[in-house]
Amino acid sequence: MTAYLLKRLAISLATLVLASIVVFAVLEILPGDPARLMLGMNASADQVELLRNQMGLNQPLLLRYLHWAGGLLSLDFGRSYTYSVPVIDLVRERLAVSLPLALIALALSTIIAIPVGLFSASRRGRAGDTISMGAAQLGVAVPNFWFALMLIYVFAVWLRLVPAGGFPGWSAGISPALKSLLLPAVALALPQAAILARVTRSALIEVLNEDYIRTARAKGLPYRTVLWRHALRNAMIPVLTILGLQFAFLLAGTIIIENVFYLPGLGRLVFQAITQRDLIVVESVVMLLVAAVIAVNLVVDLSYAVVDPRLRSRQ
Amino acid sequence: MKLWKTLLAAAVLAVATATSAFAARTDLVIGIPLEPPHLDPTAGAAAAIREVTYANVFEGLTRIGPNGEVLPDLAESWTISDDGKIYTFKLHTGVKFHDGADFSADDVKFSLDRARAENSVNAQKQLFAAIDEVDVVDPATVKVTLTHPQGSFLYNMGWGDAVIVSPKSADTNKEKPVGTGPFKFESWAKGSSITLLKSDHYWGAPVFLEKVEFRIVPDAAAAVPALLSGDIQAFPFFDPDSVSQVKDDPRFKVVVGATEGETILSINNKQPPFDKLQVRQAISYALDRKAIIDGASAGLGLPIGSHMSPANKYYVDLTGHYPHDVAKAKQLLKEAGLENGFKATLKLPPTTYARLGGEIIASELRDVGINLEIIPVEWAQWLDQVFTKKDYDLTIVSHTEPNDIDIYARKDYYFNYDNPTFKKVIADLELTSDEAKRKELYAQAQKILADDAVVGFLYELPKVGVWDAKLQGLWESAPIPANDLTKVKWSE
Repeated sequence: MTAYLLKRLAISLATLVLASIVVFAVLEILPGDPARLMLGMNASADQVELLRNQMGLNQPLLLRYLHWAGGLLSLDFGRSYTYSVPVIDLVRERLAVSLPLALIALALSTIIAIPVGLFSASRRGRAGDTISMGAAQLGVAVPNFWFALMLIYVFAVWLRLVPAGGFPGWSAGISPALKSLLLPAVALALPQAAILARVTRSALIEVLNEDYIRTARAKGLPYRTVLWRHALRNAMIPVLTILGLQFAFLLAGTIIIENVFYLPGLGRLVFQAITQRDLIVVESVVMLLVAAVIAVNLVVDLSYAVVDPRLRSRQ
Repeated sequence: MKLWKTLLAAAVLAVATATSAFAARTDLVIGIPLEPPHLDPTAGAAAAIREVTYANVFEGLTRIGPNGEVLPDLAESWTISDDGKIYTFKLHTGVKFHDGADFSADDVKFSLDRARAENSVNAQKQLFAAIDEVDVVDPATVKVTLTHPQGSFLYNMGWGDAVIVSPKSADTNKEKPVGTGPFKFESWAKGSSITLLKSDHYWGAPVFLEKVEFRIVPDAAAAVPALLSGDIQAFPFFDPDSVSQVKDDPRFKVVVGATEGETILSINNKQPPFDKLQVRQAISYALDRKAIIDGASAGLGLPIGSHMSPANKYYVDLTGHYPHDVAKAKQLLKEAGLENGFKATLKLPPTTYARLGGEIIASELRDVGINLEIIPVEWAQWLDQVFTKKDYDLTIVSHTEPNDIDIYARKDYYFNYDNPTFKKVIADLELTSDEAKRKELYAQAQKILADDAVVGFLYELPKVGVWDAKLQGLWESAPIPANDLTKVKWSE
C-alpha cells in the first residue's frame, strides 16, 4: 500500500512539472501583448515598451519561467497584471464561489442520479426504466445555458423566489449566498445527474448478472438488500470515476453557467484573464486546477481501495 | 369585531406603504458588461474604468457634459491669454478628497506633471503633450503654460485621463480610488460588483443617490432577466439585439443615443491593391450602410460618410459621397485593372458589430468581385497583429475616442495612410482656437478622408440604454465613456 502511494505521488509530481512547462510555453506563443491591451489604441509604442519593462515582460523567457515556477514552489503565485493584486487573493475570492457551487451541484447530482440509476436497473426494460432513461437522455441533450435561462425565468422573474443572478458574498449571510447559488447548482447538476444515472444503471445491470447476486437471492435475501448491499457496492467503481471527473469539471469548467448567472467563479476568472492576456493569472490558476485534478484522481484511486478490498491486497 | 380589526390593520398597512412610497428610493444597481481591470483612469485605457469613476469618484479641472460640451468642474473659471498659450484656472475652495486631504493647486500641478512625466503610463498621454509648464500661483489658482496655442485644451482636460488625484493616494487608486467627486469608493467584490457611497463632504451640488452598485453582467442573455426581476435597475450600455425583449414593457425606458464610436471598415492603405484609390472607392460604393446597420446593430445607429459623429458640432454630412452603387464599384475596379476581382482577408475582433457586420460586408464585396476570407481574432490578437504589426487587409472596428479624426494624421498608424494635405489641416487645427476657423478646418478634414476613401465609413455606434421608467437623469448619449450619476434620481 505504501509503495503504491509513493508511486502515485511521484507520477503526480512529474505531471505537475510537465504541465507547468506546457502551460507556460503555450501562453507565450499566444499572440497579444498585455501592456498594449492595458494602454489601448491611443498610447505610443514607447509607452507600451515602458509598461512592458515595468511589468517585467522584457526579461528572458527562461528567467521568467524559473521565477514563476520557483514562486509556485513557495506557494507564491505572483501578481495579476491587470488587477495588480496577488493571484492567490483572486483565487481565494473565486474559490469561495466555485468550491461551494461545485460541492452543492455534485451533491445534488449524486442524490438524484443514484436512486434513479437503482430504480432503472431494477426495472430493466420496463416502462419506469424507459421513462427515466429517456429523461436522462433529455438531460444530457438539453444545452445547460438554455436550461439555466428557463430556471431564471421561472424562479427569479416569475416566482421571484431567488435572485436572477449575481453573488452577494458570504459576508451578506449564509442564506442569501446559498440562495444565489441554488439555481446555478441545479442547472449544473442536472446534466451531470443524467450522465451519472446512466452510468449507475449500466454498472448495476452488469453486476446484477453476476453469479453471486443469484446466490444471494437464492439464500433468501430480499431483493432490496441484495440491490443496496451487494450490487451497488460492487458497481461503485465506475460511478466514483465519473464523480471524480465531474468534480474537476464543476470546479473550473462552468464558465457558461457562471456567465448566465454572472457569478464571480474560477471559470470566469480564467476566461477574463485569457482575453486580457493576464498571463500570470492564467498560468497560476491553470496550475492550481491541474493540481486539483491530480489530487481528485488520487483520492478517487484511493477510494477504489476503500470500496473494493481486493484492490488493497493486489498492490 | 374581528372584521373591524382586520380592516384597521389593512388601513394601517396601506398608510405605511403610501408614506414609504413618498420617500423616493436612494439606491441603484447598474449593470455593466465588462469589469474594469482596476479603477485608476490615469493608468489604463479601458472604458469600464471611466464607466464607474468618471464624474462620480474623480473630477478634473473641466468636465464633459451629457452632450459633449465642456463644463467647469474643479476649476470654477479660467482666463486665456491673448496668444492662447497661458490658461489661468481659478479653483473651487473647500474641496476635500475622500480620504480627508484638502484639495489645492498643488494637487493640480502634481496630477498634470505626473500624467506627462517621462515614466507616465497614462493611456492618453497626447492630451498633455502641449503643456510646457504648470505653476501654482496660490492655493486656489493654477497657471498652465502651453508650448503652442491648442484649441482643444479645455476639452482635453475634461477627459477621464486628466482627473485630479492626490499625491497621498495616487499610487493606490487602482485598488482604492480616492477622488474629489460626489461618490466615494466603498468596496469591490472582484468579478461581481463595485459599490460607491455618497460622499459626506462633497463641495458641489448634492447628489440624490446614497448607494450605487455597479454589477458586472457579461452575458447579454442574462441582462434581460436581471432587469425583469428587478435585481438590476439600469443597463446604460445594453445589447441592441436584446432590445426587442423589453421595448414594449412599460416598466422600462429604452433610450437610444449616440456615442463617439465611428464604426469603420479599416483598410490597409499600403497593402496592394488597396493602395489604389479606385479600389478603395469601389469598396465604398459596394457598401450598403443600411443593410449593415440593420444586420449588425438591430437597425440602430446613424450612417456616417467620414470620421465624425453626427452628434458632434463639427459634423458635416458626407453620407451621400459614395451611395450604394454596385455598377459604379465594378467600373472602378475595372479602371484599376481588377475586372476579374481579387481575394483579400477580413480580420474581425470579437465584438458583435464586427462579427455580424463582417458577414454582411463580405457578401456585399463579393457582389463586386472581391472575395474576402473572414478571420475571427481575439481582441488581444487584433491589437497585436492588426493594430501594432499592421498585418491585415481589412478589418472592422469602432474608434470610440471622442473627436479623434487626428488619428489619420498619426505617424505609423495602422491605416498606413499618409496624406500631407490632411496632416497640414490637422496641424492647423491644433494651433487654432477660433471657433469658426476650427469648424472650417474640421469640415476640410472630413472631406479629404471621404475623397480619399481612406476606410469604409459605416455608422456611428449607438448607445442603447435600458432602465427603470422611474429612473431619471442618466445620460442618453455617450460623448465620452461615463455613467455620470450626479443628476440621477428616482421619481415619485
